[in-house]
Amino acid sequence: MCGIVGLFLKDEALAPGLGDMLTSMLVTMTDRGPDSAGIAVYGAPETGVAKVTVQSDTPGAAFDGLDSALAQAIGGPVSISVADTHAVLRLDAAHADAAPGILRGLRPGLRVMSRGETIEIYKEVGLPRDVAARFGLRAMAGTHGIGHTRMATESAVTTLGAHPFSTGADQCLVHNGSLSNHHNLTRLLEKAGIAVETENDSEVAAAYLTWRMQQGATLGEALEQALQDLDGFFTFVVGTRDGFGVVRDPIACKPAVMAETDAYVAFGSEYRALVDLPGIETARVWEPEPATVYFWTR
Amino acid sequence: MQTIDLADSDLRTLNATLQAAATGGGNQTAWEVLNPRGAHALAVGLDGPIEVTVRGSTGYYCAGMNKEATVHVTGSAGPGVAENMMSGTVVIEGDASQYAGATGRGGLLVIKGNASSRCGISMKGIDIVVHGNVGHMSAFMAQAGTLVVLGDAGEALGDSLYEARLFVRGSVKSLGTDCVEKEMRPEHLALLADLLERAGAPAAPEEFRRYGSARKLYTFDIDNVQEY
Repeated sequence: MCGIVGLFLKDEALAPGLGDMLTSMLVTMTDRGPDSAGIAVYGAPETGVAKVTVQSDTPGAAFDGLDSALAQAIGGPVSISVADTHAVLRLDAAHADAAPGILRGLRPGLRVMSRGETIEIYKEVGLPRDVAARFGLRAMAGTHGIGHTRMATESAVTTLGAHPFSTGADQCLVHNGSLSNHHNLTRLLEKAGIAVETENDSEVAAAYLTWRMQQGATLGEALEQALQDLDGFFTFVVGTRDGFGVVRDPIACKPAVMAETDAYVAFGSEYRALVDLPGIETARVWEPEPATVYFWTR
Repeated sequence: MQTIDLADSDLRTLNATLQAAATGGGNQTAWEVLNPRGAHALAVGLDGPIEVTVRGSTGYYCAGMNKEATVHVTGSAGPGVAENMMSGTVVIEGDASQYAGATGRGGLLVIKGNASSRCGISMKGIDIVVHGNVGHMSAFMAQAGTLVVLGDAGEALGDSLYEARLFVRGSVKSLGTDCVEKEMRPEHLALLADLLERAGAPAAPEEFRRYGSARKLYTFDIDNVQEY
């Protein structure tokens, strides 16, 4: 069992409150996943700037001087903002793809959570309420975000085992369920040059979508292909720079509720997660159909 | 009418109060529950003829194990509504999530919106009337009782069916293993007329098709028919 929440804003006036709404939704899903929690927030793009979110269990040593070390390595300006065990590095977008490798070289053991123009990922072991407080998630603004509360069934309770998983620029995926063909898919993806970092089945699903989108698929097409190629139980909620997608396996035993108004599209593993959203009383609320791809782009 | 507001009462207090009212035989037979906010296990285990109206939407297992009580939900219901109901009536104004009425032994469950997958799974005597559609694998391994669907049914309706009776007015995406269409006889039209009336369902019995078990998957013996 796990909990998923997601919010995709259509009305940008709500953007300053995204973190607050998403955090409340996340905390409501605590009893579906008290092991660990994570959130991906898509903020406003800054022209020519890329962001890399990193995590360390020894943030003091790992983040001290990291901005200047990275600036020297890439030959361009870098700024850093630290939030507990995570830090967001801002750098010239031209260096975004090279930065994760350079960072791991500069600080062995540093974990790259995400990279891209708008995405930031924060995830840790612990109760969702505590994880949210450590990173100040309530204060975060953004256009869309996805959160996950984890009850581990398949791999260890660790920071890297928490969701969301990000395997491509501005991409993330959260998963409720368990896959049964992820070892085969891992081998297929390795041949295609896509590496996964953990033993986690959900990361393989994220990498699969990255691979499909690298091949030119849209988010919606990649999700359609996932229905053919992924075996097991899943409700996925997926984010890209401009998009937000949902898909459930054909059996659809992992719960899902969606709500849509003129102002937003929201996802919750349960209706409980949605009850405090503005205008929920008159929102269109429905259960996403099995084996059906839903996605929105701005 | 007595009102319990879940904004200032907890779930255990609510259920204990309703259960006591159901079995106490007192005068307080009409109850209203405010602010359900998708909470789980609301109004469960009621064992007496009280009437409960839940104003809003509920989470998992609302009205589970109901006996004699009438539970009315003005919003939608989460998974497992009226699970293992024994008797009484449960009415959902909105939609119901998966496995509505699962394993129910008696009573009437009315869903005025759609029900999702596995509606009436393993039902054992409950009557379920869905005004809208039902999802895939509905009435899976259904043993006894009646499932009436005014809309369409999803894939594998009535898979591994025993002796439950299924009536669908709209289309059936596919029938499950050992489920077949059967002739509509006068007794079935009478049964449907009664259920549709009790469920406030705007449909005529003649508009439905009947489905039932081909009885090839399990060992059916006519001498045991009254057991179902």
